[in-house]
This record gives sequence, structure tokens and C-alpha cells, in this order.
Amino acid sequence: MYKIVRKEKWHDVIYSMWIKAPYIAQAAQPGQFVVLMIGEKGERIPLTIADYDQEEGWIQIVFQTIGKTTTKLAQMDEGDDIFSFVGPLGIPSKIEKYGTVVTVGGGTGIACIYPVTRALKEAGNRVIAIIGARTKDLIIMEDEMRKASTELLITTDDGSYVRKGFVTEVLDEVLQKEDNVKKIWVIGPAIMMKVACDVTKPYNVETIVSLNAIMVDGTGMCGSCRVKVGDDTKLTCVDGPEFNGHIVDWREFMNRLLRYDRLEKLSLEMYKEKQQEK
Amino acid sequence: MAKMIPVKERGKRTQRAMPEQAVKERIHNFNEVPLGYTKEDAVYEAQRCLQCDSSTCVEGCPAEVDIPQFIKKIVEEDFSGAYFEIMKTNSLPAVSGRVCPQEDQCYMTCVWNKAGKPIAIGRLERFVADWAREQNVHEELPEVETKDERVAIVGSGPAGLTCAADLAKMGYNVTIFEALQKPGGVLVYGIPEFRLPKAIVGYEVNEIKRLGVKIVTNFVVGLTKSVDELRKEFDAIFLANGAGAPRFMRIPGENLNDVYSANEFLTRCNLMKAYRFPEFDTPIKVGKKVAVIGAGNVAMDSARTALRLGAEEVHIVYRRTREEAPARKEELARAEEEGIVFDYLTLPVKVLGDERGNVTGIECIKMRLSKPDESGRRRPVPVEKTNFHMHVDMVIDAIGTVANPIVAKSATGVQTNERGYFVTDEKTCATARKGIYAGGDIVHGTATVISAIGDGKRAARSIHEYLTRKKKVSEPSS
Repeated sequence: MYKIVRKEKWHDVIYSMWIKAPYIAQAAQPGQFVVLMIGEKGERIPLTIADYDQEEGWIQIVFQTIGKTTTKLAQMDEGDDIFSFVGPLGIPSKIEKYGTVVTVGGGTGIACIYPVTRALKEAGNRVIAIIGARTKDLIIMEDEMRKASTELLITTDDGSYVRKGFVTEVLDEVLQKEDNVKKIWVIGPAIMMKVACDVTKPYNVETIVSLNAIMVDGTGMCGSCRVKVGDDTKLTCVDGPEFNGHIVDWREFMNRLLRYDRLEKLSLEMYKEKQQEK
Repeated sequence: MAKMIPVKERGKRTQRAMPEQAVKERIHNFNEVPLGYTKEDAVYEAQRCLQCDSSTCVEGCPAEVDIPQFIKKIVEEDFSGAYFEIMKTNSLPAVSGRVCPQEDQCYMTCVWNKAGKPIAIGRLERFVADWAREQNVHEELPEVETKDERVAIVGSGPAGLTCAADLAKMGYNVTIFEALQKPGGVLVYGIPEFRLPKAIVGYEVNEIKRLGVKIVTNFVVGLTKSVDELRKEFDAIFLANGAGAPRFMRIPGENLNDVYSANEFLTRCNLMKAYRFPEFDTPIKVGKKVAVIGAGNVAMDSARTALRLGAEEVHIVYRRTREEAPARKEELARAEEEGIVFDYLTLPVKVLGDERGNVTGIECIKMRLSKPDESGRRRPVPVEKTNFHMHVDMVIDAIGTVANPIVAKSATGVQTNERGYFVTDEKTCATARKGIYAGGDIVHGTATVISAIGDGKRAARSIHEYLTRKKKVSEPSS
């Protein structure tokens, strides 16, 4: 069992939790993720590690309530136990001194891009970070991101904060201005990552994306998270989650994200109905 | 009390059948198919045993069970005694009594086999283990001096559990590390409920815990901690992390949404209980017409699971014939009885789908058998211009596994072969690195539960010898 040591509600649909998991905190590196199960009858879902502390032995996760598991997780409180919490999974981000790099986070992807941004800056890079969300309330971790980056650019789809526009538009502007960007990391919804890759391709700058595929075990056993990258089929859990976004088969990837769409919705509806009865 | 019967009488009897669920019923539920012997069945069957001096049956048992002894106890209706006899060497009797391919093991070496009616040793073992569980009879734990040495075991499948139990009985301090949320490995994620009820696996795992074995779940050796790190904390390590990653056919369309690896399909169903969705949260696709590729035990398990989930038609698509199929004949027969359609000499070359990634069919080509290949089986070759379409809405790849490299990558000095499996000494399970042993499917590729049990036993003995030797060197007697 893994205790929730702290819980914060950042928005109606966005929560952050700090989970006691000393072994995982000891081994965690930027870019890695955990797989959790909230109860014995739960499903296994992957979540990117937002932060970790080796001394205090916790892992921070940030999530949006989408399906039954995240909805139920949001209803858990400090002191409650999570049934299963496994990690750190996946290959860590390749952190080196590249020079100028850009990191892009969209929605809860901001939490995922945060440890990567911080590590890149600590490694001596000039890090231009771009974060964005639909609206002002959904911009998370602004202070942390400001500290973790050299320069922080913020945008909202509706213009309710800083400026109006998608992160991909800001990314394009940055690439027009900066002619020495060595590498780009983009984490967010699949469609955002795909568009970002379309934007960066003409500039010929390597663009790394972190794929949030559907997983079961998360350790290379089931193949649920397979994705076509170039000519190869890769497993997101053990070969990723980071890949060169320019050669990811996005159509296939986005199709596979919808494998259980109908059943996931059914599961959530039934859960909500049950709660209303109570 | 039952007694031995005259040898002549024994010769007149034939093997006692085991009652099982009727086909019509069982294809709609996940309950176990064979129902097990009654007391009378068990005694009747046990009485057939000749108790021959040569005891050739034991030679066929990797779990080293003293088969004539436990059978004798059954004849005497001393079922506790029979249980204790088995437990001396086999800590997973209810499991092996169900899933061991006895026809290739003890049945083959039983003297009655020549007459085509070997003693049903597996059914007897199963009866004894089930009886002990139902009667709450536990093995009396031997008094042993506890040893200080700590042994780490990677993986809680049959190899790891067996090794742990044997070492714990010798007094060692044993910890098993399991990546999933539940111990049991392939016994819980791979083999379906209708062949091996999970409550029974749980029971035997708990009995092993009673020996003092600690099981740490949710711990991925290689990621949560490396083998190198564990080696610093433990005096010896047994790597038994299983066969690992799914193999795909590498044909176009294989990443369509409704193409599953057998590993994913079975893990969702068995470990995550997707067959009880939405009570359990993990979803699974229920295909109307399903094609399972391959003809091993895993393929049979996948096909029969798909049927029980509610598929209208399930096909096994296999490039060779029934004769070459690697599944146990018993499993093949059960699948046939249940109405699985077998398309032999058929090779899928492409999975067909629509824009949204749904499977609409598979394109296949007919095969014929040519000369035997290195495996001794006749090699299938395609017959030109025989391509045809088969309409299915779901495909399950059950063509085997490849080694998962996570554990190996974190184990410096432990050698792997070109396919990623650990290289070990066959007799001792020793790897190239001192103090590290390996066994089960991560050494042999996909094999059987019973061979994993055998490896677990061998490794336990080797680890004991290694630690004893080491102690003698470091603490010379005065």
C-alpha cells in the first residue's frame, strides 16, 4: 500500500498528489512514469512522474479527471492508501548539455515537462519553456516552470491569460526567432504533440514526444502500448515513453488511444450513477 | 479401510476418468472444467499402482515427488500422509496436479504406460492437494536452524516460488520480488481461471509465505532496483522473471486496435479480471468472430477465453497441422469439443482494417508441409495463389514470446544468448556471475510450469551449496 501524503486540488478537474514510495523516489529520473491501481478491482493506469524527493521518499503525480480511475483517485484523501504503485518505468529523458533547447507542455503535460525542463537547465542548457492550456485556470505549475527554465512563455487558447493562441503557434514563433535550437521536447495531448511535430519538421530540429499509450503491466510484457516509430514497432513502456516525434505514426497512435473509448465511458457513467444513488 | 488389491485385479482396471463440466455449460462460464476425483475415484485409481521397485515414474518428475509413496498413502486412505509426502518436494501440488503435462512426464515413465493406461498421477496429486486445502491440513514445518544468509528471488512464478519454498525450508531468509500487484507470475496472469482457479494459486502462495518467505509486490527488478544493487544486499540471487515480451508476426495491419498479443488478452482477463467488467475496471474487447494465431497451449487458452467472453465464432489459425501443434493433446481436444474452429495449414499475411483502426478481417495464404526443419517438424511452405480473406473483428497473436531485457540489462556479468535468454549451467542453474542463478522461462524460452518447478529446485540446491561453501571459507573452524 502506498500512502497519499499530500493532496492539492488545482482546478475542478486537475489534482496533484504526493505518494509515499521510497524505492521509486530513490530511482526516479526525469521522463519516467509510474503505473498505479487505486484498489484491488481497479485498472492499471500510467502517469508521468511530475516530481520526486529521495530524502522524503515521495513521488508527485498530476492528473486530470477523465475516466473512472482518475475520478475515483480525485476522491481519495491525504492518508488514504493506493493499492498498487509501480515504477519508475520507461527510459529516462536523455539529459545532456545541448545548448539552447525548447520544452513545451500542454494541459497536464505541463507537469510532465517540468522535471525534464529542470534537469535540462541544471545540465547547463538555455531552456526556453512554453506552457499552455485552454484557459487561465488550467495553467498549472507556473512558478515551478519559471524557476526550472531560462525563459518561460505562456499562452491560453482563449486568451484569458498572457496571450491567445496554441503552444504550437508560440513554438513556431520561437523557432523563427532562434536559429540555434538543438532539441525540443513536447508533452501534452496526442493531437498537440502531432501538430507540434508538424511545426518543427521544416526547421529540422529533433523533436522528442512522450507518448501516453494505453498500458497494462508497463514493463514490456503485454504489448498494449505498441506504436509504429519509423519502420519499427516499439513498446512505449520499455522503449519509450519518449520517441522522435517526426517518425511516430500518429494516426495509428491516436486510433489506439481510443481502443476502449466506449467501455471507458460506460464504466465512468455507471460509477457516477452509483454515486448519485448514494 | 481400503487395501491393496491383488496384482491381477489391478491389471483388469483401466484409468479412472475425471468428471468434468459439460461442454454446453462450461463455454458460458469461467469455472474450472475438470471437477476432480472423489475419494472413491482416487482410491480406485491409486489401487492400480503396482508399487514397482523401479519407480520409473519418479524419473519423469522434475518436482522429484516420491510418487509410489504418496499413492500408497492414498490406498491406505491416509490423505494427510499422502499430502505430506508430496509437500516434501513439491510446494505447488494443486497447481502442478492441474497444469503439468503429465503425458510427457510421469505418465510416460509409468510402467503401465506400455499398456496404454498409465496411473493418473496428476489427478491423484490434484485430489490430495485439494483434499488438504479443504480439510485445512497444513504441512508440519520442519524444525530448522535459521540461517543469516539472505536470498533474493526475482519473479514469483512457479520457478521462483519453488526455489523460495525449498530455501526457506533449509532455514534461509528469502525475499521474492514481483513486478505485478499479485504473486504467481504466469499462474495468475497467463493461465485462465477455467484451467487453474486463482484462489488455489493464492492458497499455495500463502502456504509458501507460512514458511517465512517474504513477497514484495509492485517491485520491478531492473527498474525499481537493479540486480547489481540487490547483489549488494543479498548473499545470492535467483533470476526467474519469466519469458517476458510478446512476439508479433510482423505483418501489415498488426497494430490495428483489435489485434491483441495473447499476453495482453490473457493478462487483462486473468490478472485484471476483465471478464467481470464493469465490476472490475479493466475493459476488454469481446469480438464476434475471433482469429487466434498459433496452436500452442497459450493459443488454446486464448481461444477458449474468447469463447467464454461471448465470441460467436473462434478460429485457431495455424500454419502446420494438428500433428505438429505444440499444445497438449488434452488442451487441443478440449478446444475442439468446445467448438473452436481449426484452420490448419493457414498463414495470415495481412490484417485488414478500417479508417478508425477496427479489424475487418485477415488475409491468409494456404500452406503445405515440406521436409522437416531443424525442430524435426515438417516445414510449412506457402502454396501460390491461394490467398483468401477471412472476416474477423478481432485477432489474437499467440505465436510465442521473446525475452524481456529489463532484468538482464541491470545484471552486470550475467550472460545472455543471442535471443536474450540467460545462459546457465544446466545442472546447477548457475550464471557466469558468482552467486547469481537463473531458471524457468527466462532461460529456456516458453516451456512448462513443471520444468520451471524443476529449475527452482535445482537452483535452491545450488544456492545452498554455494552459501555453505562460502561460509566455510569465511569462517574456518577452530
